[in-house]
Amino acid sequence: MSQGKESFAERFLRVVKTIGAKIKSGVLFVIGKIKGLFKRKKKEEPTVIVDPATGKARPIAREMTRRQYIWKEMKKNRVAYLMVGPFLLLFFFFTVLPVFLSMILSLTDFNMLQMPHFKGLSNFQRLILDDEIFLLACKNTLIFASITGPVSYLMSLLIAWFINELPPKIRAAVTLIFYAPSISGALYTVWAALFSSDSYGWANAMALKLGFITKPILFFENEKWVMPICIVVALWTSLGTAFLSFIAGLQTIDRSLFEAAAVDGIKNRWQELWFITLPSMRPQLMFGAVLSITQSFGFGSIVTTLCGFPSVNYAAHTIMHHLDDYGGQRYEVGYASAIAVILFVIMITSNMVIKKALSKVGQ
Amino acid sequence: MSRKLRTRSHRVVLNRSAGGDAGIIIFLLILGAFMFLPMLYAIMQSLKPLDELFMFPPRFYVRNPTLENYSDLFSLLNDAWVPFSRYIFNTVFITACGTLGNLLLGSMAAYALAKLKFPGREFFFKVIVMSLMFNSTVNQVTHFILLSSVRWIDTYLAIIVPAMATTLGLYLMKQFMESSVPDTVLESARLDGASEFRTFWVIAMPMVKPAWLTLIIESFRTLWNSGASIYIHSEQLKTFNYAITQIISGGVARSGAGAAAAMVTALVPIIVFVINQSKIIETMGSSGMKD
Repeated sequence: MSQGKESFAERFLRVVKTIGAKIKSGVLFVIGKIKGLFKRKKKEEPTVIVDPATGKARPIAREMTRRQYIWKEMKKNRVAYLMVGPFLLLFFFFTVLPVFLSMILSLTDFNMLQMPHFKGLSNFQRLILDDEIFLLACKNTLIFASITGPVSYLMSLLIAWFINELPPKIRAAVTLIFYAPSISGALYTVWAALFSSDSYGWANAMALKLGFITKPILFFENEKWVMPICIVVALWTSLGTAFLSFIAGLQTIDRSLFEAAAVDGIKNRWQELWFITLPSMRPQLMFGAVLSITQSFGFGSIVTTLCGFPSVNYAAHTIMHHLDDYGGQRYEVGYASAIAVILFVIMITSNMVIKKALSKVGQ
Repeated sequence: MSRKLRTRSHRVVLNRSAGGDAGIIIFLLILGAFMFLPMLYAIMQSLKPLDELFMFPPRFYVRNPTLENYSDLFSLLNDAWVPFSRYIFNTVFITACGTLGNLLLGSMAAYALAKLKFPGREFFFKVIVMSLMFNSTVNQVTHFILLSSVRWIDTYLAIIVPAMATTLGLYLMKQFMESSVPDTVLESARLDGASEFRTFWVIAMPMVKPAWLTLIIESFRTLWNSGASIYIHSEQLKTFNYAITQIISGGVARSGAGAAAAMVTALVPIIVFVINQSKIIETMGSSGMKD
């Protein structure tokens, strides 16, 4: 009975071996082809081949293998590689390579000065078991992202949908009002003035005047307040490219669909939204989701500007800050890389999950 | 069909109730106030004379508007250690080089990915979409190591060259080319003997002007905001935006000039957007992501 089933270790070994063999054959193939490139002119291609089974010579098969076909296509499109080449080279060096480098360094104790030593998963172990601030940062990041991401996404979608039927001029003006904060650079520092801790701050002055409080609240030095305020400010700056994409997507929907739907018994605008509008703009919904999720993990600089670094009792400390702390200030690059890898995995996973969920919209 | 069809801006509008319209308007007004009032407050702050900035209770509106804060800002910048013009030069130089590079490399790659059927293009595009899914700051430590390994730390290159490989612009450009450059036009150009580069430059590029405007603006905005970079230490290589954020974080004594400074950083990208809004929206029309 046990012959049929291989143990995990055997199976693992087999998989590793097959992958190894594939890589090896791939490398050999590429090397052969590169050699071939230089020799091609001199050598005539053989028209007969010796069949190893029978030992007789037979004419070479006319049909190409898949590999030969791909190689032919690649040669035919040489110019395409020239065109994507420069961009991809830079992209690889500045975006792809850093990701893999992080993954490798996360297994070491690299500190910028000494040669790195291999440490296995001990960095991750330390993060999860010994680093309480990291766990706090995880919690904060998840709260921050799970509020700002969906809320900003829904806000973008609803506003874009609501202003869709306004006359073009007014729509452009309203678009500007909602979009401007996201491109306004350092303008969000005005929130620091609004919530300033002394009584010159607008919020404190109002609350004092109305009698809610008797002395000013130190908004940015109070554990209870830093997170909510940072989330509000982040939301204020969050109607960005996704919002524009929704506005544009709504404009491209064929209006006759709505008229047909009205005949078919769609009763109100919400049904129209669910059954027609959203399914017709699913590509934009996907694109917007990707941008919103990515954005929701990147609000660290707002927190740093408003609450300082580190924030009071780490109340608004996110994984991004933790990464900055270890990578940028303590130079524990190995440990920082482990943080980066975890953050990377969180971001990619949440994107994948949301993408799956969105493909079901309107079905 | 007994349902009443109302019209709005000369088009037939279906399934719209007056109550719903009112609700939507209220919703938009509340959110609009949330977005707009802080901006208005920022404008007010930057126009307030000193005594109004430190008035108790604080007033929302400015009573005696003055441009004092702006002139303070410029005299502060003039007194800086590095001449003000140097910051401006740095910003213009970095932004121009990075944006131009991103436009050329990005649209060339976008053309190949959109219009040439070469093996590997789906894979390349998948990787590029993947790169939109994570925030590049996650890489900053290894990025720093790589930049220092090629000795680019503290040079313009550290900011310019990575900016050339920004993927959002490439993505938008590729999607736009796919939807608005017909293959038949390219085919006839090739039949006339135009090389692939020529077809790209003479035929395809003029057809996607909205997309390059969008790419330029995206790239410009990112570079404009790239003030406090960790890759540049020398004061004489830093940008205008950096100089200005130093003033914003200058504390209470400089809150007037700081408010003016924040306005200046905000105004440039907003003006650029206002001028190009219709083109940007046109580009976004094809921004969708399939499956």
